[in-house]
Formats: sequence, structure tokens, C-alpha cells
Amino acid sequence: MSLFNVFNVAGSAMSAQAQRLNAVSSNLANADSVTSTSGATYKAKQVVFAAVPMNGTGSTGVKVSEVVEDATPPKLMYDPAHPLADEKGYVASPNVNVVEEMVNMISASRSYQDNVETMNSAKAMLLKTLTLGQ
Amino acid sequence: MSKLDDLMRFQQTALSVRGQRQQLLASNIANADTPNYKARDIDFTAVLANKLQLNSSQSATPLAKTANQHMDPSGSVDGIAPMYRTMVQGNVDGNTVDMDVERNAFADNGVRYEAGLTMINMQIRNMLAAIQG
Repeated sequence: MSLFNVFNVAGSAMSAQAQRLNAVSSNLANADSVTSTSGATYKAKQVVFAAVPMNGTGSTGVKVSEVVEDATPPKLMYDPAHPLADEKGYVASPNVNVVEEMVNMISASRSYQDNVETMNSAKAMLLKTLTLGQ
Repeated sequence: MSKLDDLMRFQQTALSVRGQRQQLLASNIANADTPNYKARDIDFTAVLANKLQLNSSQSATPLAKTANQHMDPSGSVDGIAPMYRTMVQGNVDGNTVDMDVERNAFADNGVRYEAGLTMINMQIRNMLAAIQG
């Protein structure tokens, strides 16, 4: 029954978008987690989507193929009074771009809503099909 | 084949093709953010004509599939070969899903599916009227 596959497809997309939203919230939460320049600074995490063919149905779902770390160097702030400042007075803060993350967040939540709507219409169609002949 | 089968076949085939198309459109919407994903759709009229012909002759024996990943020779599933959409405005990441087009097609296809259901309901009612007098 092909309509049931819509649930699988939309469901896979919803979980992928939720994972993206998770990465965004983790990045935003850590946007100000400063460390010393010698320590390991938090790196922004980004999810990579990939299409997965559903077995023998011709439809295509989504999965998160990997979570990559942003390679841009940490932002250095000059703040000699900070307890974590190095001998030159610099503190390292994560390479999270807050504006980019906000855009990512809106995009992920809109895509999530789209898939919920897809699922709802498929459900309405299936329920209507169930009443066939009555 | 019985006469009832003959009566229902057209709408039944149309409905199943509508279902397949809905699934393809859902895939497109799901992959709106996937890099390099190419949106696909079917030519409903051509596929329906093809399916009706297949149903009436029943001659073609499909190749046996022994693994989940096996595809039909033409790249089709269930005799339906999807085609790729042409883009009006390209995307930087190689994705060709245009959300407006997809949502439009999805809603349109859903309404036509329900129209098909209504037709079948009417046919069933007609037959019941004929049986019960």
C-alpha cells in the first residue's frame, strides 16, 4: 500500500530535521562557552542530510549521514581581566555564528512543519479510503 | 475476469497511480534540504495508460527480485518510471526541489485521489441499486 510509505518518508524527514534542530540548539547553547586558548574550544556542529531509497517502493527518505564540526578557527577575544585569558590576554570562544544558527533553526522548523502536513494529508486520504463502499 | 472487475478496473488503477504519485511527492518534500537531491514526478496520463494496457494483456512477466536493492530494468517501480523535474531557479547545493511546486502538486494530487474515491463509491452504489432493485 503506497500511501503508508508516505508515513515512513515524512517520518524520516521529521527525525532528520529534529536532529538538525538539536544541533542548532547545542550550538546556540554553547555560543558563549569560553575556554583558554590552549584548551579544546567547543566547535559548531552541523548535520549533513542524505537521501535514502526506501526498499523497493520508489520513494526516498532522508537520514543524517554524518555530523560534522565546523572547521573555522575559534574567535579570539581580547580580555586580559578574564580568568581564562592566556599570557597575551586572549580568550577563545566557539566558532558559532549565531545569525546562521537562527536561520538554520527557522529553516528546520519550517521543513518539519511541511512534513507534518504531508503526513496529515496522507492520513486523511487513508481514512477516506477506509470508508470506501459505506 | 468478472464484469464487476472490469467496471472497477479503471478507477482502481487510477487510484493506485495517484497513491504512487503522492508517495513520490512526499519524497520530494521530505528531501527539500538534502544536497544534490533531484525532485522526481510521474506523467500521470502516460503511466495510467501504460498500466491499463498492462492490466488488460497481463503478458509481461516481471524479472524476479531476490534482494531489496534490485530495481526494474527501466529504473521503474511497479511499472512506473519517474522523471526528473526541470528547475526554474537553481539551488547552490544542487537540490532541485521547489517547495511551491511540490506542495501545489501534493494538494492537487490529494484532491484528485479523493475524487477517484468518490467515483468508486458512486459505482458501488450504482451496483448495489442494480442488485437490490
